[in-house]
Amino acid sequence: MNTPVAEKQAASATLLEARDLTRILPAVVPVTLVEYINIKVTEAEFVAITGPSGSGKSSLLYLLGLLDRPSKGEILINAIDTQHLSSSELSRIRLEKIGFVFQFHFLLPEFTVLDNVMIPMQKLGKLPQKQQVEHATGLLTDLGLEEFLHRRPAQLSGGQRQRVAVARALANSPDLILADEPTGSLDSAATEQVFESLQKIVETQRTTVVAVTHDMDIASRMERRIHLVDGRVDYDNRQ
Amino acid sequence: MMLLLRIAATHVRNRLRQTIVSTLGVALGVGFSIAMASLMEGSQRDFVATLIEAIPHVQIRDEKRSPAEQPASLIYDAVQFNGLRPREDLRGIHNPVEALASLRDWVGGSLAQQLNGQAVLRYSGQDIGITLVGVMPRQELEVSKIGDDMREGAFEEIQTISNGLVLGDKAAERLGAELGETVTLTSANGVAKRFKIVGTFHTGVTTSDEGLAYANLKAVQILLEKPDIINSISVKLDDISQANEVAARAERQLGYKAVSWEEANEGLMEAFLVRNIIMYTVVGAILVVAGFGIFNIVSTIVHEKAKDIAILKSLGFPETDIQQIFILEGLVIGVMGAIVGCALGFGLSSYLASIKFEFTTNVEMTRLPIHFSASHYFIACVLALFSSGTAGYIPARKAARLNPVDIIRGAT
Ligand SMILES: Nc1ncnc2c1ncn2[C@@H]1O[C@H](COP(=O)(O)OP(=O)(O)O)[C@@H](O)[C@H]1O
Ligand SMILES: [Mg+2]
Repeated sequence: MNTPVAEKQAASATLLEARDLTRILPAVVPVTLVEYINIKVTEAEFVAITGPSGSGKSSLLYLLGLLDRPSKGEILINAIDTQHLSSSELSRIRLEKIGFVFQFHFLLPEFTVLDNVMIPMQKLGKLPQKQQVEHATGLLTDLGLEEFLHRRPAQLSGGQRQRVAVARALANSPDLILADEPTGSLDSAATEQVFESLQKIVETQRTTVVAVTHDMDIASRMERRIHLVDGRVDYDNRQ
Repeated sequence: MMLLLRIAATHVRNRLRQTIVSTLGVALGVGFSIAMASLMEGSQRDFVATLIEAIPHVQIRDEKRSPAEQPASLIYDAVQFNGLRPREDLRGIHNPVEALASLRDWVGGSLAQQLNGQAVLRYSGQDIGITLVGVMPRQELEVSKIGDDMREGAFEEIQTISNGLVLGDKAAERLGAELGETVTLTSANGVAKRFKIVGTFHTGVTTSDEGLAYANLKAVQILLEKPDIINSISVKLDDISQANEVAARAERQLGYKAVSWEEANEGLMEAFLVRNIIMYTVVGAILVVAGFGIFNIVSTIVHEKAKDIAILKSLGFPETDIQQIFILEGLVIGVMGAIVGCALGFGLSSYLASIKFEFTTNVEMTRLPIHFSASHYFIACVLALFSSGTAGYIPARKAARLNPVDIIRGAT
């Protein structure tokens, strides 16, 4: 297990790096969400973030996804320091390079499944309309959702919605997918489907997936595991 | 942009009833403002049209605005003093032929000269004081509407019949004088002369109908002992918008006070302005109220769609996009309201234009004067869009600043 990981690390460039990453909520009694996080994630890595509830897993993910800004430390994506970027520049990076999957589906309820997947593509505007439809249909078909293209999210099961969210996260072919307990609200069959679809992305598209999970069985099947306790890295199998 | 509009449209569609109410609010504001503006401008135009038909566009009088002598006035104002009479008596525009000729060179329109004076009219033992106007009838008919006001006889006859007099109908009635009868006019200096009534007129203005008479200019100059003197020149312009410039230039040239119809009716013009300001204030108030409705909807949507805002932000939509979505929601309602309002305004003003009023005192049938103008629609729409855009902007800014992390945490 260690040998292939080491090989991949040697061959791959660092995609994401956190240096002394700290987030403290300012308040009368300041709340420390995470502190002194130092991690490096390479291309095509499948990373599990584990830890007890309240250990700062979600907080770390929001920071890595540039949704929240650190109080101290920095985040580098493709060796670009994001510390001094404006909010619209961060939005641009999210649009082009990062896909999110949350514990609950977070789809736009008024739009169809196909539209939901196409919205990031339309925003990016790189593909002509026809190719957007083809690409979105392709992504949804790969995730076994070809029958539901024109349904509304409310008409789908939890596992199906979560796979739509995965398809949407993949829409602009990001370098990085951040998933916060994507299977947390699913039964074991649906969990298996979503997990496998994420694994397939890593293998076939060399996309990096960082997924928070408290399912130890799932985590054990991922090559890289980072364990958080009280907002700090307690264990990282690459260090 | 299309994408943002689509997202905005789905949000608005979800609150259909509220949207309809707000749209109607805007539509009412726009519709009423259009109908009101067309009625106001219509009545204003109607009034001005009647006014400028009745009065000279520019009137030049033998008065001076300032004591400063102009070169032109030195040329034309060759006053002769004989030392026996007070100088007021010989006031007037001397050399009218030259003055008129110099104006005809450049004024586009008709000119008429007059000499006004007071006289006492005597008929069968009764005396009444009248204002006597000496005119050249053909000129006068071109600059005034006295020709239309004639009840009996013909205005031109004051020239064709020697010492012909055209008298207000009320004055004739009071004296019991009929057409063809002879009256005596006596000037303030005691000069008396006999005139024959060749016509009567009715202007509808009581002071004129009771106390005004027209006679040939030459005859009046003799009666008032002002040979070759006139005291006013009336100008009817082909293009009335030139009135102020023509008046200013004539005044510079002749040195006499020249007053345009706009200046003469300054108070009226100001009243129209005040009326328009009041009207647009009312319209503005209606649209502000409509704006509150829009503000309310958009704020509700921002609150309701907090989760969607977080999703869009996490997908990489920048704050400016989020803000635009909600401004667009305000504008979508504003545009729909403006369109419905334009139709409403057009319908309303067409309806108003079609109503006929019958006044018992008057046999004539009157319609409301409605003026249709694209600018009314334009102004109302601009106001509506401004109001709805502002109403959307405030909640939109709030939406753009929402922290997605807080919302995502709150939802899980
Ligand atoms: N806005 C907040 N105010 C106060 N405490 C917060 C806030 N957000 C998160 N926390 C706390 O920070 C800690 C880390 O939260 P989180 O990152 O969600 O942990 P995890 O995802 O590992 O369960 C938790 O103890 C949580 O209660
Ligand atoms: Mg969490």
